[in-house]
Amino acid sequence: MLEIKKLRVKAGNHEILKGVDLKVNAGEVHSIMGPNGSGKSTLAQVLAGRETYEVTAGEVTYDGKNLLEMAPEVRACEGVFMAFQYPVEIPGVNSTFFLKAALNAIRKFRGLEELDAMDFLSLAKEKMKLLDVDEKLLNRSVNEGFSGGEKKRNEIFQMAVLEPRLCIMDETDSGLDIDALKIVAKGVNSLRSPERAIVVVTHYQRLLNYIIPDFVHVLLDGRIVKSGGKELALELESKGYGWVEAEAAVSR
Amino acid sequence: MAVRQETTRYVESFDQLDTHAAANGQAWLRPIRRAAIARFSELGFPTTKDEDWRFTSVAPIAQTAFARPVDDQAKPAPHELEPFVFSGLDCHRLVFVNGRYSPRLSSLGEPPGVKVGSLARAITAERGLLERHLGQYAGFHEDAFCALNTAFLEDGAFVYLPRGTVLEVPIHLLYVSTETAEPIITHPRNLVVAEEDCQATVVEDYVSLGDGVAFSNAVTELVVGPNGVLSHYLIERESVQAFNVSTLRIQQGRSSSVASHSVLLGGALVRNNVHPVMAGEGCDCLINGLYMATGRQHMDNYMKVEHASAHCGSRQFYHGILDGQSRAVFHGRIIVHKDAQKTDAKQTNRNLLLSEDAQIDTKPQLEIYADDVKCTHGATIGQINPEAIFYLRSRGMAKEAARALLLFAFAEECLQRMKIEPIRKYLEGLVAKWLPQGMLLEDSR
Repeated sequence: MLEIKKLRVKAGNHEILKGVDLKVNAGEVHSIMGPNGSGKSTLAQVLAGRETYEVTAGEVTYDGKNLLEMAPEVRACEGVFMAFQYPVEIPGVNSTFFLKAALNAIRKFRGLEELDAMDFLSLAKEKMKLLDVDEKLLNRSVNEGFSGGEKKRNEIFQMAVLEPRLCIMDETDSGLDIDALKIVAKGVNSLRSPERAIVVVTHYQRLLNYIIPDFVHVLLDGRIVKSGGKELALELESKGYGWVEAEAAVSR
Repeated sequence: MAVRQETTRYVESFDQLDTHAAANGQAWLRPIRRAAIARFSELGFPTTKDEDWRFTSVAPIAQTAFARPVDDQAKPAPHELEPFVFSGLDCHRLVFVNGRYSPRLSSLGEPPGVKVGSLARAITAERGLLERHLGQYAGFHEDAFCALNTAFLEDGAFVYLPRGTVLEVPIHLLYVSTETAEPIITHPRNLVVAEEDCQATVVEDYVSLGDGVAFSNAVTELVVGPNGVLSHYLIERESVQAFNVSTLRIQQGRSSSVASHSVLLGGALVRNNVHPVMAGEGCDCLINGLYMATGRQHMDNYMKVEHASAHCGSRQFYHGILDGQSRAVFHGRIIVHKDAQKTDAKQTNRNLLLSEDAQIDTKPQLEIYADDVKCTHGATIGQINPEAIFYLRSRGMAKEAARALLLFAFAEECLQRMKIEPIRKYLEGLVAKWLPQGMLLEDSR
C-alpha cells in the first residue's frame, strides 16, 4: 500500500530524513520509534503533505501512485489520515460543520453520496460513543479550549469518522494518561482491518501494549536503522536507544 | 485659503437653512444650530495633523462640493428595499431616503407607550423631550463632523421608551441613498432615550441604490437609563463611492448594559466613532465590530470608551479583514476617570491582511486617572494561520474552501456576539458574500 524509497527531506537548510525506506502493506500495523529529533514527526508530516518540508530525493508511492505529487486534500480523499501530534485550535470553525464538510469532500471524491445533517450526526454520535468523546465537543470550535487528552481523542474520533485506509498517528500517546491511552487504543483497534494499514509513530513503548504492532522500526538520525517484530519495542523500552545507536554506528 | 473655502460652502448653505427652519417652527433649535455652525467654522475639517485623525485624510470629503438632496418621495419603489430586510424578523422599520423620513416605505408597529418616529416630527411635537436630550451628549465643540451634523440636523429617528419598556421587536433604521446626478450630503440624527429598566435593539443601517456619491454624516445619541439593556447595530454597506462618518454617543445610567455592534463592509471612506460614557456605577459595555475592506476602501474605527463611574466593565473586540489596497484604522481610546475605581476594561483588535498592499494602523490609547483599575489591550496583525489551513486540508477540504472557512471563522468570532439570530444570520450571509470563495461556505451557517 505504502512504499517509501530512499526518502530525503530538508527543513530549511537542515536535512532531517537522510534516506528512509519503508514498506507497509494493507492489514499491517507498523510502529516507528526513535528518540526525539530522529525525524519521526517529519516523516509523518511529509506523508500528510506538509509543505514546510522539502523533499530532496527519493519517492513515496501509495497504491502505486506518486503520493508526493498529491495536494494534502487529495491525499485525504485517497484515504491518508494523519493524527496530529499538536492538533491546531481553530476558533470560530464549528466542529460539526468542519467534520461533515471533510467527510463529504472525501465521499464526493470517492463517488459516494454526500451525507445530510441527520445521517452525519448519527454516524458521529456512534463514533463518539466508541471513543468516549463528549458530544458537546461537536458544538464547539475545532480543538478550541480542548484539554490535551480531548485533542488527541478528537483526532482519533475524526479518524474513525473519515475511515481512512492509511492511518498515521504522530505521537498520539504523548501526554495521555493510562485511561485515555486505553480509549485511544480501543478506537484504533476498532479500525484494524485487512484493507487498512496503521503507522504508529511513538517515542514510548507504552501505547504498543494496547495497539500490538506487526512491525517495529527504529528511526535514528533520519534513517531506519533497525526493524523487527513487537519484541523490539519491549527491548527498546528496557534498554533504551543507546544500543541501537551503537549498532548503527558500527554498521555505518 | 482652500480650507476657508471648504467651510464657507457650509456656512453659506447654513444661512439658507437657518431662514427656512425659522419659518418651520424650529426656532428653539436655532441657538444650538448657530453655535454648531460657528464651531464648525472655527474648527474646519480635521487634518492628519490632528492626533484623532492621524491615519485618515478627510480631504476627499472636504474638497467635494456636496449638494443637499432634493426631496423626491416617489423613489424608490418598495420592492427595491427587499434585499435589505432581515428575513424572519419583524422590525419597526423607519426608512429614510436621502436623509428624509419616508412614511410610505416605513412600517411602524405601535408598541404601547413607546414613541417611534421621525426626528423631524419630534422637533415640533416632542419639544420637551428633545430640549432635554438632543445635543446634550454628542458634543460638537471638539468634533467638526458632529458640529456640522448639529448645524444641519433635520431628520432621523426619534425613539422614546418609557420606564420598564421591553421592546422585543428591533427598530430598524434604514438609510437609503439613491443615485443622484451630483454628490449629496445628509446629516442623519438619531435620538434614542430609554428610561429606567428598558430593553431594546436599534439597528442603524446604511445602504445605496445605484452608484451615486453620497456622504452620510450621522450622529446617534443613545441614552440608557438605569438598569437598561440596549443593543445598537451599525451596518455600513453603502456603495464604494459613498462617504460615511457615523458617531454613536452612548450615555449609560447605573447598572445598565449596552452592546454596540458594527459591521463595516461598504463605503469609500468610513469613520466609525463609538463613544460610550459609563456615567452610572456598575455598567457594562460591549463594543464589538468587524470591518472588511478591499479595493481602495478606507475604514477608520475610533473608539472612545469613558469610564466615569466605579465598578464598570467594558470589552472591545474589533476584527478586520483587509484585501486589495485598502486601509483601516483602529484607534482604541480608554479613559478612566478619577472616581472610576474597580474599572475592568479590555480591548482586543485583530487584523488579517490578505494582500501586500493592504494596511492597518492600530493604536491603543489608555488614559487612567484612577488607581484601582484593570485595563488590558492587545492588537495583532497577521495572515491566515498556515497551520490551520494545513489541518483543514489534511482532512479533505480543498485549499480555497479551507481559506474561506478560516476567514469566515475570523469574522464569525465577532458575529457570534450578536444575540439576535436573524440579524446575525443575515450578516453572516453578507460576510460570506464578501469573501473570496465565500460561496464555498453555503451550508456552514
